[in-house]
Amino acid sequence: MPLLSIEDLAISFETDEGVVDVIDEVNIDLEEGETLGVVGESGCGKSVTALAVMGLLPKPAGRITGGAIRFQGHDLTQLTSEELSRVRGDQIAMIFQEPMTALNPVHRVGKQLGESYRLHHPEASQAEIRQESLRLMDHVGIPAAERRLDEYPHQLSGGMRQRVMIAMALSSTPRILIADEPTTALDVTIQAQILELLRDLQAEHGMSIIFITHDLGVIAELASRVVVMYAGRVAEEASVETLFGSPLHPYTKGLLSSIPRLESESKSVLPTIPGVVPSISELPVGCRFSNRCEFAQDQCSISKPTLEQVSEGRNVSCLRWRELDQNVAVSA
Amino acid sequence: MNDTPLLRVEQLTKHFPIRGGLFLRTVGHVHAVDDVSFEVRRGETLGLVGESGCGKSTVGKALLRLHEPTAGSVFFEGEDITQMDRKRLRSLRRDIQIIFQDPFESLNARHTVGKILAEPFVIHKVGTPEERQQRVAHLLERVGLDPSAANRFPHEFSGGQRQRIGIARAIALEPKLIVCDEAVSALDVSVQSQVINLLLDLQREMNLALIFIAHDLAVVKHISDRVAVMYLGEIVETEDAQQIYDAPKHPYTQALLSAIPIPDPTASRDRVILSGDVPSPITPPTGCRFHTRCAYATSVCINQKPARERIEVGASIACHHWEQISTDKSALPENVA
Repeated sequence: MPLLSIEDLAISFETDEGVVDVIDEVNIDLEEGETLGVVGESGCGKSVTALAVMGLLPKPAGRITGGAIRFQGHDLTQLTSEELSRVRGDQIAMIFQEPMTALNPVHRVGKQLGESYRLHHPEASQAEIRQESLRLMDHVGIPAAERRLDEYPHQLSGGMRQRVMIAMALSSTPRILIADEPTTALDVTIQAQILELLRDLQAEHGMSIIFITHDLGVIAELASRVVVMYAGRVAEEASVETLFGSPLHPYTKGLLSSIPRLESESKSVLPTIPGVVPSISELPVGCRFSNRCEFAQDQCSISKPTLEQVSEGRNVSCLRWRELDQNVAVSA
Repeated sequence: MNDTPLLRVEQLTKHFPIRGGLFLRTVGHVHAVDDVSFEVRRGETLGLVGESGCGKSTVGKALLRLHEPTAGSVFFEGEDITQMDRKRLRSLRRDIQIIFQDPFESLNARHTVGKILAEPFVIHKVGTPEERQQRVAHLLERVGLDPSAANRFPHEFSGGQRQRIGIARAIALEPKLIVCDEAVSALDVSVQSQVINLLLDLQREMNLALIFIAHDLAVVKHISDRVAVMYLGEIVETEDAQQIYDAPKHPYTQALLSAIPIPDPTASRDRVILSGDVPSPITPPTGCRFHTRCAYATSVCINQKPARERIEVGASIACHHWEQISTDKSALPENVA
């Protein structure tokens, strides 16, 4: 049984242009100890899905209109906010792209870290909290931890701030860590450090990670399984090797071929996906990718594809995946 | 075809004063750009890469004197930009343009796209009002937008389309050089590739030279003929784009390249993970500025600034030990960092 199971999740947002279905029939399973990558472009719903798991949808605009999020026998969407905050704090932790917005600028790092530790260990003494904070800081690779505890967030670099956030997330020894673009604002050499840290921590604690990013390179580095999202729906799901090696969905294929690669020939023409990501208030009927898909036929702009199982752990949401897959096989 | 470069930058330096204390006296300087030299030929793309705070954007802005350089010269077609008066500088804008990351901030939200694109013609007194309208329609088509876009406002467009408008404005007066400052960084992957293709197309058509400033090394590799790598305000290596990715010579370039996540889960990785953060540009390290994070640093690196060695035409490196690093690492003295 998966550790976390998102079933037919639907989320709508109230906007100036009326109610829009931001998330539609999203199904995602997270297994014990795995790193699941969720990838997609802006507006694909990857962050909103994560916020829904955390019970952090902006209220009252965002609302779960269907489906369930199952974790340890509970449906998180049905819990009271009190029950949810207990699960969230102890079992599921989240880190964000810009730690500066998550850290309080007027409190010292040590105070904030200590507070998050005390939240999960209410009986701990001041000395214990300090000692634990030091251990956590050390654990996430912050040098001179003693001194850093007495500094304010703005005195730390972006990479160090993200390490503090990770330390705070670890203070409850969570089963699941949701990381939403945690390295996007960082330089590439610092990103490499943070990815390395997450890998080490996972090996040590065996926690499951949901890693949300737009960067396919990071996905390839870190994830064991990948969910590709487009315009609020799951387009494809597969193991990382399968997804990069033989993608099925035309969107996944387009995405993979349009990224500039180090080994590609300089100044060559890049394959592109025509058009732009549709805004959530103007989603196409039928398959949401149909207006940009080179394989789209009449049926694609009429009927909505469902997520079909291709093989164990491999799903795709495309009306034509069978014939397209065969065509590729024949021409190859 | 003549061999003189279109742009020659010599020992460009930009320090920003830090003011503090009761009377806001200058208490120090941010060494944003120090002693930077490079050349750009006609129709060539020079990629300028480095991490945040390395000074790459400051270089771009100092070239156009959007930041007044502290020292150094910038020769454009033989004429020193840093010595030009206001009037000459304005006419130079016909030849050199700049595109920024977020075109929305540089497009006047209250003007129609048509008015925004006609502006360069008005400023430089090109054509009659009717001719200008035709030129605007032509520009829009050239960057892949419908001419009807002229009647709409910037906010009605997506990020990728707005960047196309920014590009249309930049090419309006047929410049010889465009500085692209993180021009595709904010775009989604599927749109980014469209804009990269557009820039490559325009470059071929107009024999445009580009200075492509970006932190995404794969994008820079794709679009550049040559690449200059910056660290803490200095250029550490300049090299042919293919060559620098195949065989980087400077230890920083090596680390930077090896840190790029490769979009291929089967790729083998030989990773150099740099420890620590980039030091402060207010008090940069002595000697070679990279020595505090370099695996090969020796005492000479701490005490002496490495000279910029020209390896071949268009390629140079600033490292005391580059030859041993690329041939025989065992010949190196003990690392002291």
